[in-house]
Amino acid sequence: MRLWDKCLTIEAAIGQIGDDATIMVGGFGVPGTPFCLLDELVRQGQKRLTLIKNDANETGMGVDHLLENGQVKKLVVTHIGLNARAIQLMNEKQLEVEFCAQGILAERIRTAGAGLIGFLTDVGIETELAAGRTRIEFAGRSCLIEKALSADFALVHAHQADPFGNLIYNATARNFNPLMAMAADRVIVETETLVALGELSPNAIHTPGPFVDGVVRLPELTGEYGIVRR
Amino acid sequence: MALSDAKQRMIRRAARDITAGMTVNVGIGLPTKVIDHIPADVAVCLHSENGISGVGPSLDYSIADRNLIDAGGAYVSTVPGTAFFDSAVSFALVRRGRLDLTILGAFQVAMNGDLANWMIPGLFTPGVGGGMELAQKACRVVILTTHQDKKGRSKIVEKCQFPLTAKACVNRIFTDMAVLDITLDGLVLREIAVGLSIDEVVMATAAPLQIPDTSLPTF
Repeated sequence: MRLWDKCLTIEAAIGQIGDDATIMVGGFGVPGTPFCLLDELVRQGQKRLTLIKNDANETGMGVDHLLENGQVKKLVVTHIGLNARAIQLMNEKQLEVEFCAQGILAERIRTAGAGLIGFLTDVGIETELAAGRTRIEFAGRSCLIEKALSADFALVHAHQADPFGNLIYNATARNFNPLMAMAADRVIVETETLVALGELSPNAIHTPGPFVDGVVRLPELTGEYGIVRR
Repeated sequence: MALSDAKQRMIRRAARDITAGMTVNVGIGLPTKVIDHIPADVAVCLHSENGISGVGPSLDYSIADRNLIDAGGAYVSTVPGTAFFDSAVSFALVRRGRLDLTILGAFQVAMNGDLANWMIPGLFTPGVGGGMELAQKACRVVILTTHQDKKGRSKIVEKCQFPLTAKACVNRIFTDMAVLDITLDGLVLREIAVGLSIDEVVMATAAPLQIPDTSLPTF
């Protein structure tokens, strides 16, 4: 028995995405953001996208290129403080922004990835973020129902992958990537290193290959992956 | 940016509340500076919500690892025993009550411990990040902030006007003027900045203060 090869070109990988798609994008700041997949999305020009990401990167980087290019209808995020364009577009009502508490966003994605419908929490219960959520009494406590969050696509950045899509992340570049890699209908991975099947230790794998649909090997990293001198 | 002497003393004073054996998360901005004043021989586990426990000292750009930042975006290092994990595990740790202490900034803190630190309507809406869970779920929540905003208005208030991060969550407030505890009896003045009188602190505070009969320590 053998496992198969899911490698494809970046053009073909991003070419699966249509207008109006909902896309999860890994990364927390720079680490773990799939900059090359995002650049290809800018090049192909899909429109009216809904992006689910921790943040909107910084001005001039990653997600910001999509905002600049007018490709984004809505952001589901936890924080956009480092992207003045995102804040401006939101204030001008050209961009819909849904804020979520960070751990709740992570857990909503994880819940979808685990094939569940939702979960109960008291986080944010007395705040504005409770608006639109159903409040119930359960196990003697007041809680909010949080809905699982899935997407049409997930764009994931891995440190190492094999052709089957077994993935290993590096340091704080892990963040939302393994969660999103479980939660979307189609999961596209860009990897810094592609190794042959069998070369990754089965004990070390963070995301198992059955969750992954396509693997793109990055020929080289663009400048956006580097150190940001602020 | 150079910090005033009073702010420096506030930061050093806050660092004294971090003791051996604690797991601690410090918020973005001023609270980050507290870390520099934790003595090297004190055993402390720093957590950052982007997925790291055992955060080591921050690094200069020339030797930084592009994949290793804290939640504020600073390039950091590891210590012997550091662990990396995903964002769901990171907040499981927070919600489960494994954080002994979090140090956060504030726009307003109310006398009952309500905290507003994520949004000034119409002016500043960057999003809440991980602040809501830190404020609601850390075992102890302390605030590090200037006593007044840039226009001289007290950040310590009877009731928060700005949207809340979490209700009745704050235990202690460190400012450049005082150390205040939020107790069942209300807001208690515990310590006072060198060179200030009790009256000056009372005047600068837009909420009633309990003043102990004993003389107050200074910092």
